[in-house]
Amino acid sequence: MAAEAIGKSQKRKNKMATIGMVIFFSILAILIIIPVYAIVLASFKPGNHLLQYGLNLNLDVANMTLDNYVLLFTGSHDYWIWFGNSLLLTVITVVLTLLVSSFVAYGFAAYDFKGKNFFFVIVLIILSIPFEVIMLPLYKQISSWGMMDNYAAVVVPFLAHASTIFFFRQYLLGLPKSLIEAGRIDGCTEYGIFFRLIVPIMKPAFSAMAILNGMNAWNNYLWPLLVIRSSEKYTLTIGLNTLINPYGDNYSLLVVGSVFSIIPIFILFICFQRYFIEGMTAGAVKE
Amino acid sequence: MNKVKKFLYSQKAAPYVFILPFVLTILLFWLFPIGNGVLLSFQDVLKDKWVGFDNYSRLLTDKMFFKAVYNSLKYMIGTLILLIPFPLLFASMLNSKLMKGQGFFKSVYFLPALTSVVVAGTIFRLMFGEMDTSLANQIMELLGKSPIKWLKGEWTGYFALLIVACWRWTGVNILYFLAGLQSIPTDIYEAASIDGASKWQQFIKISFPLVKPTTVYVLTISIYAGLSMFLESFMLWKGNNSPQNIGLTIVGYLYRQGIEKRAMGYACAVGLVLLLVVMVINMIQLIATGTFKKEER
Repeated sequence: MAAEAIGKSQKRKNKMATIGMVIFFSILAILIIIPVYAIVLASFKPGNHLLQYGLNLNLDVANMTLDNYVLLFTGSHDYWIWFGNSLLLTVITVVLTLLVSSFVAYGFAAYDFKGKNFFFVIVLIILSIPFEVIMLPLYKQISSWGMMDNYAAVVVPFLAHASTIFFFRQYLLGLPKSLIEAGRIDGCTEYGIFFRLIVPIMKPAFSAMAILNGMNAWNNYLWPLLVIRSSEKYTLTIGLNTLINPYGDNYSLLVVGSVFSIIPIFILFICFQRYFIEGMTAGAVKE
Repeated sequence: MNKVKKFLYSQKAAPYVFILPFVLTILLFWLFPIGNGVLLSFQDVLKDKWVGFDNYSRLLTDKMFFKAVYNSLKYMIGTLILLIPFPLLFASMLNSKLMKGQGFFKSVYFLPALTSVVVAGTIFRLMFGEMDTSLANQIMELLGKSPIKWLKGEWTGYFALLIVACWRWTGVNILYFLAGLQSIPTDIYEAASIDGASKWQQFIKISFPLVKPTTVYVLTISIYAGLSMFLESFMLWKGNNSPQNIGLTIVGYLYRQGIEKRAMGYACAVGLVLLLVVMVINMIQLIATGTFKKEER
């Protein structure tokens, strides 16, 4: 009888805890959504409205307009050029980074060779150097090599991407060595083993890193800002930032363009949520 | 020719071929620039001459540089206080068996990480606008306070920066901690609760110590990111110039000297000091948390 009463009160307590936590996390979720909601809402308000009143949550249905969207799709501006440039750069970056980084990671994971530890320690050291430290000398170097205003300068320096290599290596260490031996017995060359046997089974790891690298490339700002000069080569982040000066229709385009810049990543996120989170948290669980 | 090919395809040479792209990019795009940066920091690049330690001794008397270091440290400390204990606590609540809709909340909290710093900075700059009708001032009005020029005061500007940081990274850090917590076997909690440990005791005595590798990781990247923060302030103040330099960070100063004033040598000295500060603070942190000891064992 008494035990049953305790069980019941425990159950009620648990239920209260569940309700309390759901309420708490819902409030947190609302706080996180508010800025996104505010910018989406602002994309239906006139651009000069934003300059005059700032960003807020006022729902002024009478003054809502699709003008910004009309401007985005039919106006004369460079937005879609920037969008295309960003898309192109993102695809190139992801494909090349995954290819090169997995190639390198396989070397670290599958072989024992002289100097292996030395080179791997370099991977780890590079992971801990802020990019901003080498940014200026690299910028000077790129300009003296005549690579300014060239997409190669945006992509090539980061092809062997330390954290991607690290992730792939962890993944490959979990694969049985017998697979490699079997490949050798079947007469594959060392490289044939990588391209024909290893690459196909790395798909999950590729997906996680494709999404993480893709997101970073799409949102990349500082380095492209330094090396890209001509406006027809601007990426979306650089282009959007040029709209910040408050003349003409700039704010209309800025606000609706910002909303549209999130959409590709958002769609990817909805489709491949698991890989986003996996790629993002990969480093955190390892000791 | 055939011999070369045979050698390249041998098991001995293959690993070196595999890591060759890495070695090349590292040499060309990391070591070379770092070496160059060290050399440049002893030069006056505009006048093209060697100046010894002049750039470094100038740094020691440069008030603006100390302001930048102070701002960066202040920002880093703020993010450490806000973005480690709370996400850890939230993650362990989300991880509780009593919690419902975990997947949904995880997705929502990840949303800010998808936005670029350009978009996020623009949103928050406008939310912290000076007008009475900006969201931040509307909230002040609700609280019965008068509107504030957020981005013109040192502490209100700092507050805005921290809000941006919290908005962008709370969710990501929750996910980090959640991944760490989920690797702890659940029977430990069951045993503890049979022994009568409260949820809070379980958090302090089980979750906290066992999730330590994750905490060290998050701490390391937070120190790194906090000290090298630049774009958040660059976007919030619409460029590198904030009133009384309240938003100036170490990297902001590096950018100002190197890109805006073309004093490349001096800027490289700033960069190397940043590297030193990041390394020293992280070293202290790794020793204090005992991460090195574990590896020796």
